[in-house]
Amino acid sequence: MPFRHKNTRRIEGLDSNVWVEFTKVAADPSIVNLGQGLPDISPPSYVKEELAKVAAVDRLNQYTRGFGHPSLVKALSQVYEKVCGRKIDPLTDILVTVGAYGSLFSTIQALIEEGDEVIIIEPFYDCYEPMVKMAGAKPVFIPLRCKKDGNSASSADWVLDPAELANKFNSKTKAIILNTPHNPIGKVFTLEELQVIADLCIKHDTLCISDEVYEWLVYKGNKHIKIATLPGMWERTVTIGSAGKTYSVTGWKLGWSIGPEYLIKHLQVVHQNTLYTCPTPLQEALAQAFWVDYKRMDDPDCYFYSLSRELESKRDRMAQLLKEAGLKPVIPDGGYFMIVDVSTLNVDLSDLDEKQPYDYKFVKWMIASKKLSAIPLSAFCGLETKKQFEKYIRFCFIKKDSTLDAAEVILKNWNKQTG
Amino acid sequence: MLRRAGPSLRHFLLERNSSAGHSSCSREAKMSRPVQARRLEGIDKNIWVEFVNLAATYSKVNLGQGFPDFPAPDFLTEALRRALGGGNHMLHQYTRAFGHPPLVKVLAQFFEKLLGRDLDPMTNVMVTVGAYQGLFCCFQALVDEGDEVIIIEPFFDCYEPMVKMAGGTPVFVPLRPNPPKDGKLMSSADWQLDPAELASKFSERTKAIVLNSPNNPLGKVFSREELGLIAELCVKHDVLCISDEVYEWLVYDGKQHIRIASLQGMWDRTVIIGSAGKTFSATGWKVGWVVGPDRLLQHLRTVHQNSVYHCATIAQEAVAQGFQRELMLYGKPESYFVQLPKELQQKRDWLVQSLDGVGMKPIIPEGTYFLVADISPFKSDVPDVPNSDEPYDSRFAKWMVKNKGLAAIPLSAFYSEAHKNNYTNFIRFCFAKEEATLKAASDILQKWKQEKTSS
Repeated sequence: MPFRHKNTRRIEGLDSNVWVEFTKVAADPSIVNLGQGLPDISPPSYVKEELAKVAAVDRLNQYTRGFGHPSLVKALSQVYEKVCGRKIDPLTDILVTVGAYGSLFSTIQALIEEGDEVIIIEPFYDCYEPMVKMAGAKPVFIPLRCKKDGNSASSADWVLDPAELANKFNSKTKAIILNTPHNPIGKVFTLEELQVIADLCIKHDTLCISDEVYEWLVYKGNKHIKIATLPGMWERTVTIGSAGKTYSVTGWKLGWSIGPEYLIKHLQVVHQNTLYTCPTPLQEALAQAFWVDYKRMDDPDCYFYSLSRELESKRDRMAQLLKEAGLKPVIPDGGYFMIVDVSTLNVDLSDLDEKQPYDYKFVKWMIASKKLSAIPLSAFCGLETKKQFEKYIRFCFIKKDSTLDAAEVILKNWNKQTG
Repeated sequence: MLRRAGPSLRHFLLERNSSAGHSSCSREAKMSRPVQARRLEGIDKNIWVEFVNLAATYSKVNLGQGFPDFPAPDFLTEALRRALGGGNHMLHQYTRAFGHPPLVKVLAQFFEKLLGRDLDPMTNVMVTVGAYQGLFCCFQALVDEGDEVIIIEPFFDCYEPMVKMAGGTPVFVPLRPNPPKDGKLMSSADWQLDPAELASKFSERTKAIVLNSPNNPLGKVFSREELGLIAELCVKHDVLCISDEVYEWLVYDGKQHIRIASLQGMWDRTVIIGSAGKTFSATGWKVGWVVGPDRLLQHLRTVHQNSVYHCATIAQEAVAQGFQRELMLYGKPESYFVQLPKELQQKRDWLVQSLDGVGMKPIIPEGTYFLVADISPFKSDVPDVPNSDEPYDSRFAKWMVKNKGLAAIPLSAFYSEAHKNNYTNFIRFCFAKEEATLKAASDILQKWKQEKTSS
């Protein structure tokens, strides 16, 4: 009898994933890995110490409150009250999840369903599309377009066309997913840009799912603005944050959703029916770390700001190296990724697998011949837009000096070898 | 086309639409259209939210929610400390999404031994955020709208809402008590499935059956014959088996935990779920796993990579070391898997005695760290309320925690809505507790009994 037990409809076509393809390849230690977004710098010592302290407390090895460990949600509410300038109830307005990834999943499962449309800005963090599809809804894409006719020097050059955006909204539109600072481009949406989005959300009575995991990583001259703080937006926005990105502890997999009770309560229902509670010791350690930084939020030594300064110099170094190798980096205003136009190198890859976009082929070639890895940008685009972005690849620069040194060697020698 | 309403008009309209009872949010503006997805229908209630709150507020002795109040074993917390002190700060970063390599490798080694078959750590094992998320992946990956899933009552409460959230239809079949004729205390073994009744629940729409052995809340350890019955039906009807075996190491009286996946025809259609929380008395670490054939696990991987993607690295590292230790000590007296059930059996016996001594009739569990007791002799303390929606045992448990400070969970919490009133005289106690806790519980019960006899 043929095996009738196939996958459910909700996951049809969602099995492949750029990370599964590229993290395997980059696991080779001889390759300088600037691909996947994980820091190889150490988290701050007090963060590691808090976890060590917590490990010794017996009751912290058992279940805690499902929707978020009390001391953590309390700390989060204090930090974000300060940032948002509004009262945030730790028990009803916050949900702690397994990474921001888990928050995205809980939000989408709670609020999105078949018949809904969800607007996704391209390029996008790749999980948005499959998550929207798994919820039975239709992703509607709108690309960021380079306003300088393809000659982009900064992430600020990439903008949405307001008329094009307005056209994407209709009565079926349930939500728009916003990611600022933006992965992969590093764009930090300005107040004006957020206002355009907000106006449309209010006009069409849609939700805004605001992925702000890189909220602290903004560089000089830029300010991270929370769309939830714009008039009329708190009641329709779920804002998502990440411990992994805030404290350089991606392996702790803790994130949070913040919003009005009447939205968060549905995320809590999803959470109680998916994994129920997040690990206790990690939440307690994170809470303690937040208290340390909450107390110095007006001090430049606060990790939220010091990390940003550290990364800005890495960003600048990375950009310099890439330019010297003849590549065209797009300098990000925020985040820890940089996209690079590789078409200037004119590497001929026509003999490789036709079906893959140019950037996939380029990255594979670069890994094999230059021992340097990155992520192809078309992985972050809907089907229609892949052609627009296939000349770009994404580098991650939250890397220790020795990694960047190794990258420097490769980039300096780039032109000394041929194809 | 909607016009942007001014704040006061908008607020007025939303006030009218908002539901009563939430004073804080009826003052807040909301979206004017219904927001939540239909998949949440009927799954918003959860007994734990209520009972955990009650225990936190009123209980002096908490035998309610299932977690140990004794520490996790030293070797486990030591493993975490070693990992933290080892200087490898990459343990604070993402690991392999489907499971930290050292953990999936040792799990594969362990389960190869237990199942008597070769296992590939990369395709036959996946790490999840607790067994809870493993269960979630099973239902999302394998249960579609219109599929029926057989659930044996009483059941760990999450199975029903998870089946519903996946669009499936739960089909319930009860374990029925057959009390021993000699008047002795019942054992969890006396609660049995009726084979004909079970067979009648299988239809062409049946996608899976959820098996939980050892069973929470009764503590039943399904026998080889009972598992054989279930296996036969699974094979006959080509149905999957989701086998929740989180309490696999907690079996008493020399009984054996038998894995249904090792029965004829079952490996290819079974997903086994396990838990580090229960295995190593560290429920707060939320590390679980699924083991099964690649052609089923591949779909669980798809769900996992689109829902949480990675599990916390450092907890997996420490659990891997815990398993390494157990692999070396397997079957030896120093093995935690030998010591823990020994200790818990003593606690079980102690609690059984305490309850029996005051007139509550415990059902002696063959496994898990739960036992269910018949509270009929104490019923008179809590007046029945005619035409009440709430099952009697639930009101009893609430009254008990508020008035006696002793927390337990009503058995009706583990039944479907339709069957909540079938067994209203039972409550569940967790005995994974320090001696002092169990003694304190006994003191409360003794005092209570004395109050009854003297009044």
